[in-house]
Amino acid sequence: MFANLSDRLAGTFKGLRGKGRLSEADIDATVLDIRTALLEADVAVPVVRAFTAIVKERALAAAASGALNPAQQIVKIVHEELVTILGGEARPIRLAKQPPTVIVLAGLQGAGKTTLAGKLALQLKGQGHTPLLVAADLQRPNAVDQLRVMAERAGVAIFAPEPGNGVGDPVRVTKDARAFAVQKQHDVVIVDTAGRLAIDAELMQQLREVKAAAEPDETLFVVDAMIGQDAVRTAEEFMQSVGFDGIVLTKLDGDARGGAALSVKGITGKPILFASVGEKLSDFEVFHPDRMASRILDMGDMLTLIEQAERAFDAEQTERMAKKVAQGEDFTLDDFLEQMQAVKKMGSLGKILGMLPGMGDMKAQLDQVDDKDLDRVAAIIQSMTPGERGDPKILNGSRRLRIAKGAGTTVTEVNGLVDRFAQAQKMMKQMGRGGGMPGMPGMGGMPGMGGGAKKSKGKSQGPSKSKKGRSGNPAKRADQEAGLSVAAPITSGPGSMLGIGSPGPADNPAVLELPDELKRLLG
Amino acid sequence: MDSSFVYAGIAVAVILVVVVAALALRRRKVHGRVEPLAATPLVEAAAESTALLEIEVPDPAAGRLHRLRARLARSNTAIGQGLFALLSRDSIDAATWDEVEETLLLADLGVGPTNEIIEQLRTALKVEGGARSADDVREALRSALLGLVDPSMERELVTQAAGRPAVVMIVGVNGTGKTTTTGKLARLLVAEGRSVVLGAADTFRAAAAEQLQTWGDRVGATVVRGPEGGDPAAVAFDAVATGVKVEADTVVIDTAGRLHTKTGLMDELDKVKRVIEKQSPVDEVLLVLDATTGQNGLVQARVFAESVNVTGIVLTKLDGTARGGIVIAVQRELGVPVKLVGLGEGPDDLAPFDPIAFIDALVAN
Repeated sequence: MFANLSDRLAGTFKGLRGKGRLSEADIDATVLDIRTALLEADVAVPVVRAFTAIVKERALAAAASGALNPAQQIVKIVHEELVTILGGEARPIRLAKQPPTVIVLAGLQGAGKTTLAGKLALQLKGQGHTPLLVAADLQRPNAVDQLRVMAERAGVAIFAPEPGNGVGDPVRVTKDARAFAVQKQHDVVIVDTAGRLAIDAELMQQLREVKAAAEPDETLFVVDAMIGQDAVRTAEEFMQSVGFDGIVLTKLDGDARGGAALSVKGITGKPILFASVGEKLSDFEVFHPDRMASRILDMGDMLTLIEQAERAFDAEQTERMAKKVAQGEDFTLDDFLEQMQAVKKMGSLGKILGMLPGMGDMKAQLDQVDDKDLDRVAAIIQSMTPGERGDPKILNGSRRLRIAKGAGTTVTEVNGLVDRFAQAQKMMKQMGRGGGMPGMPGMGGMPGMGGGAKKSKGKSQGPSKSKKGRSGNPAKRADQEAGLSVAAPITSGPGSMLGIGSPGPADNPAVLELPDELKRLLG
Repeated sequence: MDSSFVYAGIAVAVILVVVVAALALRRRKVHGRVEPLAATPLVEAAAESTALLEIEVPDPAAGRLHRLRARLARSNTAIGQGLFALLSRDSIDAATWDEVEETLLLADLGVGPTNEIIEQLRTALKVEGGARSADDVREALRSALLGLVDPSMERELVTQAAGRPAVVMIVGVNGTGKTTTTGKLARLLVAEGRSVVLGAADTFRAAAAEQLQTWGDRVGATVVRGPEGGDPAAVAFDAVATGVKVEADTVVIDTAGRLHTKTGLMDELDKVKRVIEKQSPVDEVLLVLDATTGQNGLVQARVFAESVNVTGIVLTKLDGTARGGIVIAVQRELGVPVKLVGLGEGPDDLAPFDPIAFIDALVAN
């Protein structure tokens, strides 16, 4: 895979150190890098062109001002510009003054309209509305059944008078749905339409008629985050022939960089309202422009990491850990083992570590991380008796030898595990005590972590930094640093500051504020 | 490199779990989630439910691509004709090459292959010197594009095996058209006079099995289904067992869409394949890629190939404005050829991929 933009730019700038000032040719080389990065992220060509022009202008200004670290400066400019384009006026669904509010979902085949209808319905139901799902996709075999199951799962009503599979008139269904909603007092109507290609004149005409019949308050264009260059053309044509008021990005839980978001937003100027991030009906959230920007640039993304962790750890496990943290209880090797298993669920170790800010320099090493090592560590723990797992202090020489034999490894490995576990245990205790990690030991400067490490040190405002606990192991130190940057959000705000949980206006400021911090960490 | 990275990873996880736990502590339970209703058990190895339905006779497979040529042209003229127009100009300057590059990038070809093809065209046209005839240009373009799709690759779909049914598995991410492809493939096979058993191993998505059933009923193929939310490997196993019992020629297994980043789901897919292999080898694993997919298509293909050893690609929705350029990168990087293309909404719009006919359609005047 390509290294992220930040690394690539750092490479470009390496040769320029002695020069003192950037020439226009240097900037051109940089802009070319940015262009490639954006194209690799599937940002549409016209959008890339417009975008790089702006960035070039600002970069020239930055170079003229003699900035100290031009590479980081430019990454920052790019990130800011991305957020500006992606952001704009994020807003909730506009509700009609006179119910019912009608929402029409439109998009290509397979974009995820039917699933989204269910998710949207569940969300609106949670907000106290009584949504009605309308099955106007009479094209795809059994789309109506799928929507019916969605309605059942979300616990909302459905209006599906036609069997589908090519039978029935969606325009008529939509018209009737309005009357049905008024009669049954549903205040929100969500119309699921059939997927269609923008070049299919007949189906587009039908969509226009459906829209006319529905008199929607919101027409949402549903687009797959994995879409490539075609995003722009499709969005443009939908915009021109049918028109829409907002965009929903689906399948963001994959690893597509989602340049399409930028393309569609840049071309149509319509806001991206929601992002769909998983297979469960509740995997649905408001759109975060700053995260998307980091994602397009392939920068470390702590927030996504935390969210992935949230999904990997089950509720019961978190509950138990929460209790342990709160009561300052000891963290045992069993917990350690459990978390290791959760790590495996989250994907490869290399990828997880790569999401930490500042790990870009180690990308080559990270690619070599062998996930089998996790199994080896697990084997060591599994070779211990329950007593030993609860209290590793009782591990004497002969016990260690037995464990090493049992796990098919050496005593040195066992020792390594026990030492590191002791450190982790200490860290947990401290986190439990202070909420943050004030006196965390071992906050040494980490080679390769760059300025980020130093800044995070400043932010923690640790009063006493004990030197004894500093780990001699670079990787260990790295994760202690990482721990710090994760811990920062905990101390920084109340409630659902990470924007996880109920999406609402309340968490927007915090969401915007946090990545700023991360941005600073990065640059 | 030692195991220190492993510990780093674990430590990150430890920290994450604490963060998550802390969040959980603070967060108030906003609203309860609605539990999915228990699916009604519905196990039926559906016998041919053809009593009421009229069985359709699908179009023959041969010549489908030619028949669909018009549609292909609609989708792809811009690239073939656009390049042709650009390269036929009297003088080709830097700006023209920029436009050529843009045309290729717009086809989702990706930065790497685009630069390569431009290099190739540059050399080809330089040799021709100043006197370029339209035919020279067309030939240069044709050979450059042919080089990209590599006509020498084996594209024969293995749908027959000696003494047992051939087993074809359909895999891919969500929404690329796996179930539709399974249905259309069944028609294609029936058109060639094969008997087909379909396995609805997509037990996850609502109504996926019904969707497949509808396809099966139309051509009179047996559909083996399991309960919704059931074990897909079991359904696949039953489908192959049914195929063996009724002495079918081909068993096609439709699987649930899964994002390649979900390790658990990828493991499940691996299991489906392993379980099938207890009875019979899997002859084809077809990865369904949406023609609108961008650069992520390569990552998808790579992960699927690692997990289930993909033998061919089905490129769907090529009738839109999308060019499906990503398959070029996939073909080259993983050596997995495109075997079928989906060119429309009609039930008989799935065609075997013929690279030469395909390219000829692109550069035809």
